[in-house]
Amino acid sequence: MELKELISQKLKDNFPQAELDFSEFRNEFNVKFNKKFVNPICKFLREDSELEFLLCEDVTAVDWAKRKNRFTVVYHIFSLKHNFRLVLKADVDESDCAIDTVSSVWKTSNWQERETYDMYGIKFNNHPDLRRIYMPEEFEYYPLRKEFPLLGIPGSLPLPKK
Amino acid sequence: MDRLTKDDVHPKILQKLLEDTDITVEDALENEMILNMGPQHPATHGVLRLLLRLDGETVIGCVPDVGYLHRGYEKMAENMSYYEFIPHTDRLDYISPMANNVAWVLAVEKLAGIEVPVRAQYIRMMIAELARIASHLVAIGSFAMDVGALTVLLWTFREREKILDIWDILCGARFTNSYTRIGGVANDAQPEALAKAKWFVDQLDGNLAECERLLNTNRIFIERLDGIGVISKEDALSYGYTGPNLRASGVEFDLRRATPYLQYDKVDFKIPTFTEGDCLARYFVRADEVRESAKIIRQVLQLMPQGEIKANLPKSVLPQKVEVYSKMEELIHDFMIVNFGINPPVGEVYHAIEGSKGELGFYLVSKGEGHPWKCKIRSPSFIHIQSLPHLVKGRMISDIVAIIGSIDPVMGEADK
Repeated sequence: MELKELISQKLKDNFPQAELDFSEFRNEFNVKFNKKFVNPICKFLREDSELEFLLCEDVTAVDWAKRKNRFTVVYHIFSLKHNFRLVLKADVDESDCAIDTVSSVWKTSNWQERETYDMYGIKFNNHPDLRRIYMPEEFEYYPLRKEFPLLGIPGSLPLPKK
Repeated sequence: MDRLTKDDVHPKILQKLLEDTDITVEDALENEMILNMGPQHPATHGVLRLLLRLDGETVIGCVPDVGYLHRGYEKMAENMSYYEFIPHTDRLDYISPMANNVAWVLAVEKLAGIEVPVRAQYIRMMIAELARIASHLVAIGSFAMDVGALTVLLWTFREREKILDIWDILCGARFTNSYTRIGGVANDAQPEALAKAKWFVDQLDGNLAECERLLNTNRIFIERLDGIGVISKEDALSYGYTGPNLRASGVEFDLRRATPYLQYDKVDFKIPTFTEGDCLARYFVRADEVRESAKIIRQVLQLMPQGEIKANLPKSVLPQKVEVYSKMEELIHDFMIVNFGINPPVGEVYHAIEGSKGELGFYLVSKGEGHPWKCKIRSPSFIHIQSLPHLVKGRMISDIVAIIGSIDPVMGEADK
Protein backbone atom coordinates (compact mmCIF):
# COMPACT_ATOMS: atom_id res chain seq x y z
CA MET A 1 0.00 0.00 0.00
CA GLU A 2 1.23 3.45 -0.72
CA LEU A 3 2.31 5.42 2.30
CA LYS A 4 -0.24 8.20 1.89
CA GLU A 5 -3.06 5.68 1.71
CA LEU A 6 -1.65 3.85 4.70
CA ILE A 7 -1.58 7.02 6.79
CA SER A 8 -5.07 8.09 5.81
CA GLN A 9 -6.44 4.59 6.41
CA LYS A 10 -4.81 4.31 9.82
CA LEU A 11 -6.02 7.72 10.90
CA LYS A 12 -9.55 7.01 9.69
CA ASP A 13 -9.63 3.74 11.58
CA ASN A 14 -8.30 5.15 14.84
CA PHE A 15 -9.92 8.58 14.87
CA PRO A 16 -13.33 8.33 13.20
CA GLN A 17 -14.64 11.43 14.99
CA ALA A 18 -11.74 13.73 14.22
CA GLU A 19 -13.31 15.31 11.09
CA LEU A 20 -10.32 14.27 9.03
CA ASP A 21 -9.70 16.00 5.75
CA PHE A 22 -6.90 14.99 3.38
CA SER A 23 -5.48 17.14 0.64
CA GLU A 24 -2.37 17.39 -1.47
CA PHE A 25 -0.50 20.30 -3.00
CA ARG A 26 2.87 20.15 -4.74
CA ASN A 27 3.33 16.60 -3.57
CA GLU A 28 2.89 17.51 0.10
CA PHE A 29 0.36 15.50 2.01
CA ASN A 30 -1.89 17.55 4.31
CA VAL A 31 -4.13 16.21 7.05
CA LYS A 32 -6.63 18.50 8.68
CA PHE A 33 -8.52 17.54 11.82
CA ASN A 34 -10.52 18.88 14.72
CA LYS A 35 -8.23 20.58 17.24
CA LYS A 36 -9.47 18.43 20.12
CA PHE A 37 -7.66 15.46 18.62
CA VAL A 38 -4.27 17.06 18.18
CA ASN A 39 -2.59 15.33 21.07
CA PRO A 40 -3.80 11.74 20.44
CA ILE A 41 -3.18 12.01 16.70
CA CYS A 42 0.37 13.29 17.16
CA LYS A 43 1.07 10.64 19.76
CA PHE A 44 -0.29 7.97 17.46
CA LEU A 45 1.76 9.12 14.48
CA ARG A 46 4.92 9.21 16.54
CA GLU A 47 4.49 5.85 18.21
CA ASP A 48 2.92 3.72 15.50
CA SER A 49 5.60 1.23 14.52
CA GLU A 50 4.75 1.41 10.83
CA LEU A 51 4.93 5.21 10.64
CA GLU A 52 7.35 6.55 13.29
CA PHE A 53 7.14 10.28 12.76
CA LEU A 54 9.99 10.89 15.19
CA LEU A 55 10.98 14.36 14.06
CA CYS A 56 8.79 17.39 14.55
CA GLU A 57 10.27 19.95 12.22
CA ASP A 58 8.08 22.92 12.68
CA VAL A 59 5.05 24.26 14.53
CA THR A 60 3.50 27.50 13.42
CA ALA A 61 0.19 29.15 12.71
CA VAL A 62 -1.44 31.03 9.85
CA ASP A 63 -3.65 34.03 10.44
CA TRP A 64 -6.42 34.15 7.81
CA ALA A 65 -7.63 37.56 9.08
CA LYS A 66 -11.34 37.52 8.18
CA ARG A 67 -12.12 33.83 8.00
CA LYS A 68 -14.52 32.25 10.49
CA ASN A 69 -11.93 29.94 12.00
CA ARG A 70 -9.33 32.62 12.07
CA PHE A 71 -6.14 30.64 12.72
CA THR A 72 -4.75 27.38 11.47
CA VAL A 73 -2.04 25.74 13.54
CA VAL A 74 0.35 23.86 11.25
CA TYR A 75 2.72 21.05 12.21
CA HIS A 76 5.37 19.66 9.90
CA ILE A 77 6.49 16.22 10.97
CA PHE A 78 8.97 13.91 9.34
CA SER A 79 9.34 10.16 9.33
CA LEU A 80 12.95 9.03 9.15
CA LYS A 81 11.80 5.55 8.39
CA HIS A 82 10.05 6.52 5.15
CA ASN A 83 11.76 9.85 4.47
CA PHE A 84 8.32 11.35 4.30
CA ARG A 85 7.01 14.71 5.45
CA LEU A 86 3.46 15.09 6.70
CA VAL A 87 1.62 18.34 7.31
CA LEU A 88 -0.92 18.43 10.13
CA LYS A 89 -3.42 21.23 10.44
CA ALA A 90 -6.01 22.23 12.98
CA ASP A 91 -8.28 25.26 12.89
CA VAL A 92 -8.49 27.52 15.91
CA ASP A 93 -11.09 30.23 16.28
CA GLU A 94 -10.37 33.61 17.82
CA SER A 95 -13.17 33.26 20.40
CA ASP A 96 -11.61 30.07 21.79
CA CYS A 97 -8.01 30.79 20.98
CA ALA A 98 -6.40 27.69 22.44
CA ILE A 99 -5.22 24.25 21.42
CA ASP A 100 -3.61 21.38 23.31
CA THR A 101 0.15 21.27 23.48
CA VAL A 102 2.14 18.50 21.83
CA SER A 103 5.29 19.23 23.83
CA SER A 104 4.80 15.93 25.67
CA VAL A 105 5.10 14.14 22.32
CA TRP A 106 8.03 16.06 20.87
CA LYS A 107 10.14 18.17 23.24
CA THR A 108 11.09 20.46 20.40
CA SER A 109 7.56 21.80 20.09
CA ASN A 110 7.94 23.48 23.47
CA TRP A 111 9.74 26.52 22.09
CA GLN A 112 7.94 26.44 18.78
CA GLU A 113 4.62 26.67 20.57
CA ARG A 114 5.99 29.47 22.69
CA GLU A 115 6.93 31.28 19.51
CA THR A 116 3.47 30.71 18.04
CA TYR A 117 1.92 32.01 21.25
CA ASP A 118 4.21 35.04 21.19
CA MET A 119 3.43 35.88 17.58
CA TYR A 120 -0.28 34.96 17.31
CA GLY A 121 -1.61 34.77 20.86
CA ILE A 122 -2.77 31.19 20.50
CA LYS A 123 -2.68 29.54 23.92
CA PHE A 124 -1.41 26.00 24.24
CA ASN A 125 -3.22 24.14 27.00
CA ASN A 126 -1.05 22.22 29.47
CA HIS A 127 2.10 23.77 28.08
CA PRO A 128 4.86 23.50 30.72
CA ASP A 129 6.24 27.01 30.25
CA LEU A 130 4.06 29.26 28.11
CA ARG A 131 5.88 32.58 28.10
CA ARG A 132 6.74 35.01 25.35
CA ILE A 133 9.97 34.14 23.64
CA TYR A 134 11.06 36.97 21.34
CA MET A 135 9.04 39.92 22.58
CA PRO A 136 9.41 41.29 26.11
CA GLU A 137 7.14 39.84 28.76
CA GLU A 138 5.10 43.04 29.19
CA PHE A 139 4.37 43.46 25.47
CA GLU A 140 0.61 43.53 24.94
CA TYR A 141 0.22 42.77 21.25
CA TYR A 142 0.75 39.80 18.96
CA PRO A 143 2.99 41.01 16.14
CA LEU A 144 2.24 38.48 13.41
CA ARG A 145 -1.51 38.98 13.56
CA LYS A 146 -2.66 40.75 10.46
CA GLU A 147 -4.03 43.78 12.28
CA PHE A 148 -0.63 44.60 13.81
CA PRO A 149 0.92 47.35 11.66
CA LEU A 150 4.25 46.77 9.97
CA LEU A 151 5.77 49.86 11.55
CA GLY A 152 4.80 48.74 15.02
CA ILE A 153 2.72 50.61 17.59
CA PRO A 154 4.33 53.73 19.05
CA GLY A 155 4.84 53.46 22.78
CA SER A 156 4.18 49.74 22.89
CA LEU A 157 7.77 49.10 23.93
CA PRO A 158 8.48 51.44 26.85
CA LEU A 159 12.02 52.73 27.10
CA PRO A 160 13.84 52.39 30.41
CA LYS A 161 13.40 55.33 32.75
CA LYS A 162 16.27 57.78 33.01
CA MET B 1 29.01 25.58 57.80
CA ASP B 2 26.32 28.19 58.16
CA ARG B 3 24.06 28.69 55.23
CA LEU B 4 22.24 31.83 54.31
CA THR B 5 18.52 31.46 54.86
CA LYS B 6 15.64 33.38 53.39
CA ASP B 7 15.72 35.79 56.31
CA ASP B 8 19.34 36.66 55.77
CA VAL B 9 18.90 37.79 52.21
CA HIS B 10 18.37 41.50 52.11
CA PRO B 11 14.65 42.06 51.44
CA LYS B 12 15.39 44.47 48.62
CA ILE B 13 17.55 41.94 46.80
CA LEU B 14 15.00 39.21 47.31
CA GLN B 15 12.26 41.43 45.94
CA LYS B 16 14.35 42.30 42.90
CA LEU B 17 14.93 38.63 42.22
CA LEU B 18 11.26 37.85 42.54
CA GLU B 19 10.34 40.72 40.23
CA ASP B 20 12.42 39.35 37.37
CA THR B 21 9.87 37.48 35.32
CA ASP B 22 12.46 35.66 33.28
CA ILE B 23 13.60 33.58 36.19
CA THR B 24 11.43 31.78 38.60
CA VAL B 25 12.79 31.86 42.09
CA GLU B 26 10.47 29.76 44.18
CA ASP B 27 12.68 29.59 47.21
CA ALA B 28 15.26 31.94 48.60
CA LEU B 29 18.80 31.34 47.55
CA GLU B 30 20.64 29.24 50.02
CA ASN B 31 24.14 28.60 48.81
CA GLU B 32 22.94 28.94 45.26
CA MET B 33 23.63 31.77 42.93
CA ILE B 34 21.95 33.17 39.85
CA LEU B 35 24.43 34.09 37.16
CA ASN B 36 23.54 36.08 34.09
CA MET B 37 25.65 34.97 31.11
CA GLY B 38 25.32 37.19 28.08
CA PRO B 39 23.83 38.72 25.98
CA GLN B 40 27.24 40.37 25.69
CA HIS B 41 29.58 37.47 26.17
CA PRO B 42 32.32 36.36 23.78
CA ALA B 43 31.37 32.69 24.03
CA THR B 44 27.66 33.06 23.30
CA HIS B 45 28.23 33.57 19.56
CA GLY B 46 26.17 36.71 19.38
CA VAL B 47 23.45 37.86 21.69
CA LEU B 48 22.34 34.75 23.49
CA ARG B 49 21.51 35.23 27.15
CA LEU B 50 21.63 32.38 29.61
CA LEU B 51 20.36 32.59 33.14
CA LEU B 52 22.20 30.06 35.19
CA ARG B 53 21.40 28.76 38.60
CA LEU B 54 24.59 27.64 40.21
CA ASP B 55 25.58 25.63 43.21
CA GLY B 56 29.19 26.58 43.58
CA GLU B 57 30.42 26.13 40.06
CA THR B 58 27.93 23.44 39.10
CA VAL B 59 25.00 24.37 36.93
CA ILE B 60 21.73 23.18 38.39
CA GLY B 61 19.44 25.08 36.08
CA CYS B 62 19.59 27.10 32.91
CA VAL B 63 17.05 29.32 31.18
CA PRO B 64 18.06 30.48 27.71
CA ASP B 65 16.68 33.84 26.68
CA VAL B 66 16.58 34.66 22.99
CA GLY B 67 15.15 37.57 21.06
CA TYR B 68 17.84 40.21 21.38
CA LEU B 69 18.31 40.19 17.61
CA HIS B 70 14.66 39.78 16.69
CA ARG B 71 14.06 41.89 13.60
CA GLY B 72 10.67 40.55 12.65
CA TYR B 73 11.64 39.03 9.32
CA GLU B 74 8.49 36.97 9.15
CA LYS B 75 6.38 40.09 9.44
CA MET B 76 8.54 41.91 6.89
CA ALA B 77 8.27 39.01 4.45
CA GLU B 78 4.49 39.35 4.45
CA ASN B 79 4.87 42.89 3.20
CA MET B 80 7.39 42.48 0.42
CA SER B 81 7.61 40.55 -2.81
CA TYR B 82 9.35 37.22 -3.11
CA TYR B 83 12.29 38.86 -4.86
CA GLU B 84 12.69 41.55 -2.26
CA PHE B 85 13.18 39.02 0.50
CA ILE B 86 16.30 37.45 -1.03
CA PRO B 87 18.72 40.02 0.51
CA HIS B 88 17.08 39.51 3.88
CA THR B 89 17.89 35.82 3.86
CA ASP B 90 21.57 36.81 3.86
CA ARG B 91 21.08 38.22 7.33
CA LEU B 92 19.65 35.05 8.82
CA ASP B 93 22.61 32.74 9.12
CA TYR B 94 25.22 35.32 8.31
CA ILE B 95 28.05 32.81 8.30
CA SER B 96 26.64 31.00 5.26
CA PRO B 97 24.48 33.52 3.38
CA MET B 98 24.66 31.62 0.09
CA ALA B 99 22.94 28.56 1.56
CA ASN B 100 20.08 30.74 2.82
CA ASN B 101 19.66 32.29 -0.62
CA VAL B 102 19.41 28.82 -2.11
CA ALA B 103 16.89 27.68 0.51
CA TRP B 104 14.63 30.67 -0.08
CA VAL B 105 14.52 30.46 -3.87
CA LEU B 106 13.95 26.71 -3.76
CA ALA B 107 10.92 27.24 -1.54
CA VAL B 108 9.54 29.94 -3.82
CA GLU B 109 10.17 27.83 -6.90
CA LYS B 110 8.39 24.90 -5.35
CA LEU B 111 5.43 27.18 -4.62
CA ALA B 112 5.40 28.68 -8.11
CA GLY B 113 6.27 25.43 -9.86
CA ILE B 114 9.38 26.73 -11.63
CA GLU B 115 11.88 24.33 -13.16
CA VAL B 116 15.46 25.58 -13.06
CA PRO B 117 18.13 24.87 -15.73
CA VAL B 118 20.66 22.21 -14.81
CA ARG B 119 23.66 24.52 -14.90
CA ALA B 120 22.03 26.87 -12.42
CA GLN B 121 21.28 23.91 -10.17
CA TYR B 122 24.92 22.87 -10.18
CA ILE B 123 26.03 26.43 -9.46
CA ARG B 124 23.64 26.49 -6.52
CA MET B 125 25.02 23.22 -5.25
CA MET B 126 28.54 24.58 -5.47
CA ILE B 127 27.76 27.74 -3.54
CA ALA B 128 25.71 25.89 -0.94
CA GLU B 129 28.60 23.51 -0.31
CA LEU B 130 31.08 26.38 -0.18
CA ALA B 131 28.80 27.99 2.38
CA ARG B 132 28.80 24.79 4.40
CA ILE B 133 32.60 24.68 4.35
CA ALA B 134 32.79 28.34 5.39
CA SER B 135 30.32 27.78 8.19
CA HIS B 136 32.02 24.66 9.51
CA LEU B 137 35.42 26.33 9.36
CA VAL B 138 34.14 29.21 11.47
CA ALA B 139 32.46 26.74 13.80
CA ILE B 140 35.62 24.71 14.31
CA GLY B 141 37.82 27.79 14.68
CA SER B 142 35.65 29.66 17.13
CA PHE B 143 34.91 26.45 19.01
CA ALA B 144 38.62 25.84 19.46
CA MET B 145 39.06 29.44 20.54
CA ASP B 146 36.31 29.07 23.12
CA VAL B 147 38.19 26.24 24.78
CA GLY B 148 41.52 28.00 24.56
CA ALA B 149 43.23 27.14 21.26
CA LEU B 150 43.55 30.45 19.46
CA THR B 151 45.77 29.50 16.53
CA VAL B 152 43.15 27.32 14.86
CA LEU B 153 40.80 30.27 14.59
CA LEU B 154 43.33 32.20 12.55
CA TRP B 155 44.02 29.22 10.32
CA THR B 156 40.38 28.42 9.60
CA PHE B 157 39.60 32.07 8.96
CA ARG B 158 42.45 32.11 6.47
CA GLU B 159 40.70 29.28 4.59
CA ARG B 160 37.31 30.98 4.85
CA GLU B 161 38.85 34.10 3.37
CA LYS B 162 39.49 32.17 0.17
CA ILE B 163 35.81 31.21 -0.04
CA LEU B 164 34.84 34.84 0.36
CA ASP B 165 37.22 35.63 -2.52
CA ILE B 166 35.39 33.09 -4.70
CA TRP B 167 32.07 34.69 -3.80
CA ASP B 168 33.57 38.07 -4.58
CA ILE B 169 34.40 36.97 -8.14
CA LEU B 170 31.06 35.21 -8.49
CA CYS B 171 28.70 38.00 -7.49
CA GLY B 172 30.73 41.02 -6.40
CA ALA B 173 29.91 40.71 -2.70
CA ARG B 174 31.97 38.94 -0.11
CA PHE B 175 29.56 38.67 2.74
CA THR B 176 25.90 39.40 2.00
CA ASN B 177 25.74 37.84 -1.42
CA SER B 178 22.10 37.67 -2.60
CA TYR B 179 23.40 35.72 -5.55
CA THR B 180 20.46 33.46 -6.37
CA ARG B 181 17.36 34.56 -8.26
CA ILE B 182 13.99 32.91 -8.56
CA GLY B 183 14.42 30.63 -11.56
CA GLY B 184 18.21 30.60 -11.55
CA VAL B 185 21.18 32.63 -10.39
CA ALA B 186 22.05 36.29 -10.92
CA ASN B 187 24.83 35.74 -13.43
CA ASP B 188 26.75 32.87 -14.90
CA ALA B 189 29.69 31.51 -12.92
CA GLN B 190 32.86 32.94 -14.41
CA PRO B 191 35.66 30.57 -15.44
CA GLU B 192 37.95 32.31 -12.92
CA ALA B 193 35.49 31.61 -10.10
CA LEU B 194 35.26 27.94 -11.06
CA ALA B 195 39.02 27.66 -11.40
CA LYS B 196 39.46 29.26 -8.00
CA ALA B 197 36.91 26.92 -6.47
CA LYS B 198 38.82 23.95 -7.87
CA TRP B 199 42.10 25.29 -6.56
CA PHE B 200 40.48 25.92 -3.20
CA VAL B 201 39.10 22.41 -2.66
CA ASP B 202 42.39 20.88 -3.82
CA GLN B 203 44.45 22.75 -1.26
CA LEU B 204 41.81 22.53 1.50
CA ASP B 205 42.48 18.94 2.54
CA GLY B 206 46.10 19.63 3.47
CA ASN B 207 45.28 22.81 5.35
CA LEU B 208 42.41 21.20 7.21
CA ALA B 209 44.63 18.29 8.20
CA GLU B 210 47.07 20.85 9.57
CA CYS B 211 44.34 22.37 11.74
CA GLU B 212 43.21 18.96 12.86
CA ARG B 213 46.74 17.99 13.88
CA LEU B 214 46.73 20.96 16.22
CA LEU B 215 43.49 19.84 17.85
CA ASN B 216 43.28 16.06 17.67
CA THR B 217 46.51 15.54 19.55
CA ASN B 218 45.89 18.38 21.97
CA ARG B 219 45.22 16.90 25.35
CA ILE B 220 43.57 20.04 26.76
CA PHE B 221 41.21 20.24 23.79
CA ILE B 222 40.23 16.56 23.96
CA GLU B 223 39.75 16.50 27.71
CA ARG B 224 37.58 19.58 27.71
CA LEU B 225 35.24 18.04 25.15
CA ASP B 226 35.26 14.31 25.64
CA GLY B 227 32.03 13.22 27.31
CA ILE B 228 30.77 16.78 27.77
CA GLY B 229 27.27 17.78 26.69
CA VAL B 230 26.10 14.29 25.84
CA ILE B 231 22.71 13.93 24.19
CA SER B 232 21.27 10.54 23.36
CA LYS B 233 19.81 9.55 20.02
CA GLU B 234 16.24 9.58 21.33
CA ASP B 235 16.61 12.94 23.06
CA ALA B 236 18.28 14.47 20.03
CA LEU B 237 15.36 13.45 17.83
CA SER B 238 12.82 14.57 20.38
CA TYR B 239 14.52 17.95 20.66
CA GLY B 240 14.29 18.30 16.89
CA TYR B 241 18.02 18.15 16.23
CA THR B 242 19.04 18.14 12.60
CA GLY B 243 22.28 18.52 10.72
CA PRO B 244 25.71 17.83 12.21
CA ASN B 245 24.40 17.83 15.77
CA LEU B 246 21.98 15.00 15.05
CA ARG B 247 24.59 13.01 13.15
CA ALA B 248 26.95 13.30 16.11
CA SER B 249 24.31 11.46 18.15
CA GLY B 250 24.24 8.48 15.82
CA VAL B 251 21.35 9.20 13.45
CA GLU B 252 22.40 8.97 9.84
CA PHE B 253 20.02 11.61 8.57
CA ASP B 254 20.82 14.14 5.89
CA LEU B 255 18.18 15.94 3.85
CA ARG B 256 20.46 15.88 0.82
CA ARG B 257 20.09 12.12 0.87
CA ALA B 258 16.63 11.77 2.46
CA THR B 259 14.74 14.20 0.21
CA PRO B 260 17.12 14.99 -2.64
CA TYR B 261 16.80 18.47 -4.09
CA LEU B 262 18.89 20.19 -6.78
CA GLN B 263 21.16 17.49 -8.22
CA TYR B 264 22.28 15.87 -4.99
CA ASP B 265 21.15 12.44 -6.17
CA LYS B 266 23.80 12.63 -8.92
CA VAL B 267 26.80 13.11 -6.66
CA ASP B 268 28.48 10.65 -4.38
CA PHE B 269 29.16 11.54 -0.76
CA LYS B 270 29.25 9.95 2.64
CA ILE B 271 27.24 11.04 5.66
CA PRO B 272 29.71 11.23 8.56
CA THR B 273 28.03 9.82 11.64
CA PHE B 274 29.30 9.41 15.19
CA THR B 275 27.53 7.73 18.07
CA GLU B 276 28.94 9.45 21.16
CA GLY B 277 26.73 12.54 21.01
CA ASP B 278 29.20 14.67 22.95
CA CYS B 279 31.02 17.88 22.06
CA LEU B 280 33.97 16.00 20.62
CA ALA B 281 31.73 13.99 18.28
CA ARG B 282 30.09 17.18 17.06
CA TYR B 283 33.52 18.58 16.25
CA PHE B 284 34.54 15.40 14.39
CA VAL B 285 31.32 15.43 12.33
CA ARG B 286 31.96 18.99 11.21
CA ALA B 287 35.55 18.30 10.27
CA ASP B 288 34.52 15.25 8.23
CA GLU B 289 31.71 17.14 6.55
CA VAL B 290 34.13 19.75 5.29
CA ARG B 291 35.94 16.97 3.43
CA GLU B 292 32.70 15.55 2.05
CA SER B 293 31.63 18.99 0.86
CA ALA B 294 34.97 19.42 -0.88
CA LYS B 295 34.33 16.07 -2.54
CA ILE B 296 30.90 17.22 -3.71
CA ILE B 297 32.34 20.44 -5.13
CA ARG B 298 34.93 18.48 -7.09
CA GLN B 299 32.17 16.37 -8.65
CA VAL B 300 29.97 19.40 -9.27
CA LEU B 301 32.77 21.12 -11.17
CA GLN B 302 33.12 18.06 -13.38
CA LEU B 303 29.41 17.49 -13.92
CA MET B 304 28.41 21.11 -14.49
CA PRO B 305 27.17 21.45 -18.08
CA GLN B 306 27.17 24.57 -20.21
CA GLY B 307 23.84 26.26 -20.85
CA GLU B 308 21.25 28.63 -19.52
CA ILE B 309 21.40 29.92 -15.96
CA LYS B 310 17.83 31.19 -15.75
CA ALA B 311 14.52 29.56 -16.56
CA ASN B 312 12.78 30.95 -19.63
CA LEU B 313 9.66 32.19 -17.85
CA PRO B 314 9.40 35.95 -18.52
CA LYS B 315 6.43 36.42 -16.19
CA SER B 316 8.22 35.19 -13.10
CA VAL B 317 11.96 35.31 -13.75
CA LEU B 318 13.77 38.64 -13.83
CA PRO B 319 15.53 39.31 -17.17
CA GLN B 320 19.21 40.20 -17.34
CA LYS B 321 19.90 43.87 -16.78
CA VAL B 322 21.50 44.34 -20.23
CA GLU B 323 18.30 43.17 -21.89
CA VAL B 324 16.13 45.40 -19.73
CA TYR B 325 17.92 48.45 -21.08
CA SER B 326 17.88 47.33 -24.71
CA LYS B 327 14.62 45.44 -25.29
CA MET B 328 11.03 46.58 -24.86
CA GLU B 329 9.53 43.22 -23.80
CA GLU B 330 12.11 42.66 -21.12
CA LEU B 331 11.64 46.18 -19.83
CA ILE B 332 7.90 45.56 -19.41
CA HIS B 333 8.44 42.24 -17.66
CA ASP B 334 11.08 43.74 -15.40
CA PHE B 335 8.69 46.54 -14.49
CA MET B 336 5.85 44.13 -13.75
CA ILE B 337 7.96 41.76 -11.65
CA VAL B 338 9.61 44.53 -9.64
CA ASN B 339 6.39 46.44 -8.99
CA PHE B 340 3.82 43.69 -8.60
CA GLY B 341 5.94 40.61 -8.01
CA ILE B 342 5.41 37.12 -9.25
CA ASN B 343 2.03 35.68 -8.41
CA PRO B 344 2.37 32.04 -7.42
CA PRO B 345 -0.85 30.00 -7.32
CA VAL B 346 -2.89 29.75 -4.13
CA GLY B 347 -1.36 27.13 -1.88
CA GLU B 348 1.18 26.45 0.80
CA VAL B 349 4.50 24.68 0.68
CA TYR B 350 7.32 23.83 3.02
CA HIS B 351 10.74 23.32 1.60
CA ALA B 352 13.81 22.53 3.64
CA ILE B 353 17.42 22.13 2.66
CA GLU B 354 20.33 20.72 4.58
CA GLY B 355 21.76 24.05 5.66
CA SER B 356 25.13 24.28 7.31
CA LYS B 357 23.66 24.31 10.83
CA GLY B 358 20.86 21.85 10.19
CA GLU B 359 17.53 21.80 8.48
CA LEU B 360 16.77 25.26 7.13
CA GLY B 361 13.18 25.39 5.98
CA PHE B 362 10.74 27.98 4.68
CA TYR B 363 7.00 27.57 5.01
CA LEU B 364 5.19 29.79 2.53
CA VAL B 365 1.49 30.46 2.19
CA SER B 366 0.35 32.16 -0.98
CA LYS B 367 -3.01 33.72 -1.73
CA GLY B 368 -2.06 34.27 -5.35
CA GLU B 369 -0.66 37.71 -4.66
CA GLY B 370 2.76 39.22 -5.29
CA HIS B 371 3.78 38.91 -1.66
CA PRO B 372 3.53 35.88 0.62
CA TRP B 373 0.55 35.70 2.94
CA LYS B 374 2.75 34.02 5.49
CA CYS B 375 6.38 33.09 5.70
CA LYS B 376 7.78 30.97 8.47
CA ILE B 377 11.48 30.46 8.84
CA ARG B 378 12.40 27.14 10.40
CA SER B 379 15.86 27.91 11.70
CA PRO B 380 18.02 25.13 13.11
CA SER B 381 19.87 27.34 15.62
CA PHE B 382 16.64 28.24 17.41
CA ILE B 383 15.79 24.57 17.83
CA HIS B 384 19.27 23.65 18.99
CA ILE B 385 19.44 26.40 21.61
CA GLN B 386 16.30 24.98 23.16
CA SER B 387 18.19 21.88 24.26
CA LEU B 388 20.85 23.87 26.18
CA PRO B 389 19.25 23.34 29.62
CA HIS B 390 19.34 19.61 28.99
CA LEU B 391 22.97 19.67 27.90
CA VAL B 392 24.43 21.91 30.59
CA LYS B 393 22.66 20.49 33.62
CA GLY B 394 25.14 19.24 36.18
CA ARG B 395 28.16 20.56 34.30
CA MET B 396 30.62 23.32 35.16
CA ILE B 397 30.41 26.89 33.87
CA SER B 398 33.48 26.35 31.75
CA ASP B 399 31.72 23.43 30.04
CA ILE B 400 28.87 25.71 28.98
CA VAL B 401 31.29 27.58 26.77
CA ALA B 402 32.31 24.35 25.08
CA ILE B 403 28.71 23.17 24.72
CA ILE B 404 27.49 26.38 23.10
CA GLY B 405 30.44 26.24 20.73
CA SER B 406 29.72 22.64 19.86
CA ILE B 407 26.07 23.13 18.90
CA ASP B 408 27.16 26.15 16.85
CA PRO B 409 24.18 28.50 17.03
CA VAL B 410 24.00 31.70 15.01
CA MET B 411 21.78 34.27 16.63
CA GLY B 412 20.84 36.01 13.40
CA GLU B 413 19.05 32.84 12.46
CA ALA B 414 17.74 31.91 15.90
CA ASP B 415 16.16 35.32 16.43
CA LYS B 416 15.01 35.96 12.87
